[in-house]
Amino acid sequence: MLEATATAAWHRRLMLGLLLAPALIWLFALIVLPHLDLALLSFRESVAPRQYVPSLTQYRTFFVEPLYWHVFARTAILSAIATALTLLIAFPVAWTIAKLARGRMGALLFVVCLIPFWVSETVRTLGWMILLRESGVLPAFLAHLGVTHGPIELLYHDATILVGLVYTSLLFMVVPLVGSLESLDNSLIEAAYDLGSGGFAILRKIVIPHAAPGITAGCIVVFMLTLGNYLTPTLLGGKNSLWFTEQIYSQFITRFNWEQGAAFGFLLLALSTAMVWFGLKLSGQRFSDVMRRT
Amino acid sequence: MKLATSLLLGAGMLMGAGCTQHAADKSSANADDAKTLRIITWSDYIPQEIVDQFKRETGIQVEVSLSNNEEIISKLRATGGAGFDLAQPSQDRIVSAQQEFRIYRSIDLAKVKVAEFRPDLLEIVKKNATLDGKLYALPYVWGTEGLLVNSKRATISDYMDLCRPDLKGKTSVRLRRPTLMAFALAIGKDPFALYGDTKAYTALMDEVGRTLIACKPNFRFFYDNKDQLINGVRSGEIVASMMWDSVSWKLNRENPDLRYINPKSGAIAWLDTMALPARGRNEAGAYAWINFTMRADIAAKIAKSIGNFSASQDADALMDPRLKAQFAESFPDGMKNMKWYPAIPPGLEEIEGRVLDRVKAAN
Amino acid sequence: MAALSSATGAPPDLEARAVIKRFGAHVAVDNLSFSVARGSFFSILGPSGCGKTTLLRMIAGFIAPDAGDIQIGGRSMAGVAPNRRPVNMVFQHLALFPMMNVGENVAFGLARRGVARAERNRKADAMLERVGLGGASGKRVDELSGGQRQRVAIARSLVLEPTLLLLDEPLGALDLKLREHMKIELKQLQSAFGTTFVYITHDQSEALVLSDHVGVMNRGHFEQLGTPQELYYAPATPFVAAFVGANNRMAGKASAVNGELVDVATSAGWQIRARRHGPVATGAAVEAFVRPEAATIARTSAELAALPGQMVHEGDVESLLFDGANSAVLVRELKSRFEFRIALPQTGRYADLKVGERISFSFDPERAACFAAPSAHA
Repeated sequence: MLEATATAAWHRRLMLGLLLAPALIWLFALIVLPHLDLALLSFRESVAPRQYVPSLTQYRTFFVEPLYWHVFARTAILSAIATALTLLIAFPVAWTIAKLARGRMGALLFVVCLIPFWVSETVRTLGWMILLRESGVLPAFLAHLGVTHGPIELLYHDATILVGLVYTSLLFMVVPLVGSLESLDNSLIEAAYDLGSGGFAILRKIVIPHAAPGITAGCIVVFMLTLGNYLTPTLLGGKNSLWFTEQIYSQFITRFNWEQGAAFGFLLLALSTAMVWFGLKLSGQRFSDVMRRT
Repeated sequence: MKLATSLLLGAGMLMGAGCTQHAADKSSANADDAKTLRIITWSDYIPQEIVDQFKRETGIQVEVSLSNNEEIISKLRATGGAGFDLAQPSQDRIVSAQQEFRIYRSIDLAKVKVAEFRPDLLEIVKKNATLDGKLYALPYVWGTEGLLVNSKRATISDYMDLCRPDLKGKTSVRLRRPTLMAFALAIGKDPFALYGDTKAYTALMDEVGRTLIACKPNFRFFYDNKDQLINGVRSGEIVASMMWDSVSWKLNRENPDLRYINPKSGAIAWLDTMALPARGRNEAGAYAWINFTMRADIAAKIAKSIGNFSASQDADALMDPRLKAQFAESFPDGMKNMKWYPAIPPGLEEIEGRVLDRVKAAN
Repeated sequence: MAALSSATGAPPDLEARAVIKRFGAHVAVDNLSFSVARGSFFSILGPSGCGKTTLLRMIAGFIAPDAGDIQIGGRSMAGVAPNRRPVNMVFQHLALFPMMNVGENVAFGLARRGVARAERNRKADAMLERVGLGGASGKRVDELSGGQRQRVAIARSLVLEPTLLLLDEPLGALDLKLREHMKIELKQLQSAFGTTFVYITHDQSEALVLSDHVGVMNRGHFEQLGTPQELYYAPATPFVAAFVGANNRMAGKASAVNGELVDVATSAGWQIRARRHGPVATGAAVEAFVRPEAATIARTSAELAALPGQMVHEGDVESLLFDGANSAVLVRELKSRFEFRIALPQTGRYADLKVGERISFSFDPERAACFAAPSAHA
């Protein structure tokens, strides 16, 4: 009898395993294997043509060469700033969609947020370049208004990179925010108002705690997208862009230094993992709760 | 646990089976392979007209993938030399890549109409693209990288003029190794002579790096592709820049004020080649193509499309007279003051890479 | 409308003066004036859509009146934001803050006033004690039962010692048994705290049980404002008669008017007699209302002969509605086939009635109300 139950249980497990097999194989072949390969790559060093020895040189280079540190930290900081800016801009937008706009108006606003994604990232970024370059639309307009004496170069600044990153990320922040704000009962806001709160206290005590999982989810997504973005910082940042993905790209493609590139890749992975963990700790959220919101 | 292991093993076997199946396809599908020729090359190198004519004459369909030196090597490295039947890297980038990654197969000169090639260019390739006594490339097209200047707005004569205070924010270079070479020449050093001496070369590159960092405020941007620079020049944002001859002459035809000049330190001459990827599937087609493109009439058409000169011996006579005139204007001394790249030994690019990174990071 | 100031002469806690609120063409609150005496329990009773919620939200300050003035504690509230009004509200679904525990919910308003943490915790605990939830302050809101949440919501408001506590159908979401229980509790809380309660509901039984005064609201105005007894026994309009308490309603014509009494011929052809409320002209369309408990039932007409001046009617028992002390019987009147509800005496004397049985019944015309039929309703 006991044996029969055990067999049945084993059969159930087998069935489950078989059902999950395609997904597992897919995960393994496309995600785990390449990462393992890259991990192995990152721990070796070329000593002569076609001769490799296991080594920590690639990681040591990162820590010894201040340039890579600098770019790494810069990428992390600018990404964090871009995430914060995106949150600041997306919040009122999400609030409008979730709480103020009614019916079709809300849907329309959503579409407005979606429109930038109808063209490719390259086209979007080139659009910004056309607008911001010295001979472009915006500098000419500013000069015409008399704000500046002549057309000024608006491209190739950190601020330009931030503008592009925020623009690209906005939707990914708005979506989870709208989701979490829509589920906020209006009467909670009214109750807080009724109990003597001003607007800021309502935001701090009611709205933000309620929307925290959505905020965290949006921040994680935007931060990761930003950190891993290649095109926008490279094109808009010009000669000073210095994005870490660019370093990885150049190690892989222009230097043929796959070992160094792989090590950089893993450092970036470690950075984003650490930042997400830190963010979750800071906001007191749990990863599973947050992911359910996205 | 056992279950998971067996599943993974099963998956591995499935994929393994897929690979063998694929390999079997490769050997059995020879008939199909002979009908297509997959070439990885630069833009403008293979005009559609030539592709059509080749198809008419041989029945082989040419498939073109556009790329650049680094990508050609990276892609072939990733596949171990498969995926393409012909590649067009620069002559100086072949030996080190071959040494390191074994991505090419050697050229059988018996299958090539050697007489069609310009002997001087063939000699350069033989010198730079030979490894262990085997030749790995044949010349295709050559050109120079010098200075493009808007002569109405500035007068310059050498690379260092790009760093002149009066041109602040109005010049540009690529943040790539040719720029390092050019500026090394400009500060009176010969980088090519130091190729074999890692220590001296590192010191030279550091010096070049410092020069470029000091010059950085002068560069409006580092351009990644020619269109970016063309835009800058056309809009007037860029007054002078390092540039390829073909692009400069094209701009010159639009606007005679835009001139291509041979810098005092010498223009850097490049030579792009034809090489056979190690695991190409249509070697016969590749040789047919090589001989086809060196025919004078075909070579002239290709040269016109690129805006540079062909490696074909007899194409010169058929070249666009306008292009010849432009060449004569830019190079009054002919090919005398040009610096041809020697083959890059392995490891050099890492030294250069660090310098380029530092220049990029500097503020 | 009658002013309801208390005998002490203190200003009423709430006074509305000619308040108007329109939404587009719809007039939600139509020139309404009333006042609520200090310490009283005032209900606004009306069907959904009558404007009672709009009125409540104007008192709380969430919406501003188009015209007129609302005064609380003798002070005009024009331009005063909700967070600055001496008014607190218990919301329909309570709106307890799920991100805070019970104690933090109760202390929330105190914290906004800048009361120090120790002091507000002490006050919150004391308040929870008073509403019977001592020691619950560390609990999560979702650990509480419906009734306990109700008390937290009230405690959260009362701890701020508001002049006025507004309650927006707070019992609506509770099940019947709990609702009955909470009615009593609310009443006790109100008398214990002495705070003025303004309570809105569509449930006439809640309004009658709880209130000192009730305003019956319909289409943006008060049909009647009075004590529960006045509304029940002396309804001012057919609407109040129909809305407050159970009533048999019959439409017809006044066939004769003899002083206070009117002979009514119902449209189904039944002759009854009722007392006139307001002017009624002979031949005019009227509505008559007879409460189920006003009618007397008998097995034979002879038993009813002793009641002078009452018409005796006959009918068949249609259905028996047994509900303990509230049991009633539906009788189909013989001639008009009108379905008439009669409350059964609590003695259990008619417990053996059978469906289909022929019975006699009568009612005192003095306790039947006749109104001129409302004419110009939109």
